[in-house]
Amino acid sequence: MPSEHAHFITAFDVALRGGPLPPGVTGPEAERRFAVYRNNVAVGLSAALAQRFPVIRRLVGADYFAALAASFVATDRPRSPVMAEWGAGFAAFLAGFPPLAAWPWMADVARIEHARGLAFHAADAVPVRPDRLTRADPDLLRLGLHPSVIVLPLHHAGVAVWAMNQPGATPGPVPAGPQIALILRDPSWGVPVTAISPADAAMIAALTAGTLTQAARAARAVQADHDPQPLLLHLMRSGSLTDQETVP
Amino acid sequence: MSRLPATPGVGFKPQHFAAIRQDARPVGFFEVHAENYLGAGGLPHAQLTALRADFPLSLHGVGLSIGSPHGLDRDHLARLRALCDRYQPDSFSEHLAWSSHGAEYLNDLLPLPYTPQTLALIIDHVDQVQTALARPILLENPATYLLFQQSEIPETQFLQAIAQATGCGLLLDVNNLYVSAVNHRRDPWAWLDAFPLDLVQEIHLGGHATEDLPSGPLLIDDHGSAVADPVWALYAEAIARQGPLATLVEWDNDLPDWPILAAEAARADAILRHAGLAHAV
Repeated sequence: MPSEHAHFITAFDVALRGGPLPPGVTGPEAERRFAVYRNNVAVGLSAALAQRFPVIRRLVGADYFAALAASFVATDRPRSPVMAEWGAGFAAFLAGFPPLAAWPWMADVARIEHARGLAFHAADAVPVRPDRLTRADPDLLRLGLHPSVIVLPLHHAGVAVWAMNQPGATPGPVPAGPQIALILRDPSWGVPVTAISPADAAMIAALTAGTLTQAARAARAVQADHDPQPLLLHLMRSGSLTDQETVP
Repeated sequence: MSRLPATPGVGFKPQHFAAIRQDARPVGFFEVHAENYLGAGGLPHAQLTALRADFPLSLHGVGLSIGSPHGLDRDHLARLRALCDRYQPDSFSEHLAWSSHGAEYLNDLLPLPYTPQTLALIIDHVDQVQTALARPILLENPATYLLFQQSEIPETQFLQAIAQATGCGLLLDVNNLYVSAVNHRRDPWAWLDAFPLDLVQEIHLGGHATEDLPSGPLLIDDHGSAVADPVWALYAEAIARQGPLATLVEWDNDLPDWPILAAEAARADAILRHAGLAHAV
């Protein structure tokens, strides 16, 4: 049987959601005083969400974002005190939010921002030494990927929208999609987002499963004239390639 | 386990990292919210590892929800234990509050009635936390905006009873004490008189905001400004009575540049040194 304290907490939470005040709270100013808790919870959760989704906030404006956050919180409260882990469902929430239907790339941007949070907090790993890449036989070389590397196939041109909403960027027309986002954490802790081709994505997916030659072959299966060098260079400079043993 | 030094410290903010590294004598210790360091890797751990190498460290939990009726979150406790194992903090503290309802986390420190039933519950939870973390913790007094008719035990006695039953120490947040006293139309000096200072191992100082109610001011603990003068006065009195204690300046919102925060810590340092001399005589 729930305790008296459990009933109290449930009643307090009902009041936080706009219901009547919990038992034992009386007095002429009780509503004003309780409003501090309602406000703290709403503002605290909205601020935590804004920290994870700064571009969404920039796109819709601070007031609209607070209202969006309130709607999202009503259906998807955090399940852990680690606020950096909250918000996995925000993109799906935005995709199903009718007033935003005219901006179909909005959910893509939210998916990018969520993935950037994962990459920012991902485990550390030691990058492969550059001379291993240049000296090893690609038929034998097996590489790993840094835990921060995320390949995100999008429905629209979300990478372009994300990029034109970064500090110093100029807005322009949204190109036709879909795009594929490559998200990773670089050695200076930045988390850049780049658009990659389907062949690049195929190569990354194949990279840890076999040798470098096999990964390049997987990319050419998607795009016959695919050049693996630009992608490998980007991954190497970002510290995103890690060591695996060469095949004996 | 060690204890925080009786020096001023500040709540570490990543924005201040570079300035701290360039400051020849920044502060005596740093405190971080434990929940901000539960990711696997990356910049947060790189910064905290660097700070830990040079300074005593206080881990301050904001998510254990010790006042919850549903029992503690075992997964969260296990992650906090791993964090303690990794950084070997000089102190781990939490709040006399609840912040989760069932599996849902509300991201705020919410109040509870002080009754024999909730006292037994919190004693049990503090015991569980100390067992899980394999160390005694400090429990912090809350800033409150409401009183509950069902409360039977004064907050100071409630905290004292928890500490005596569990062996935990207390974290006296002087701003919280002042905010609560003003909000409940009580004398903050009498509240301080009633506070079991001999159990206090750390002090928090922070700023508050003010709203106006028909009956007078309603103070909001928002950590968004400098420490208020009446809070400094109460702090100086607590230190004069009890001697120097680890003292943390909290500033979480509208974050100032490092020199302004360092100046707040220097003000605490002056009070600590004065009391240190007086106690040495």
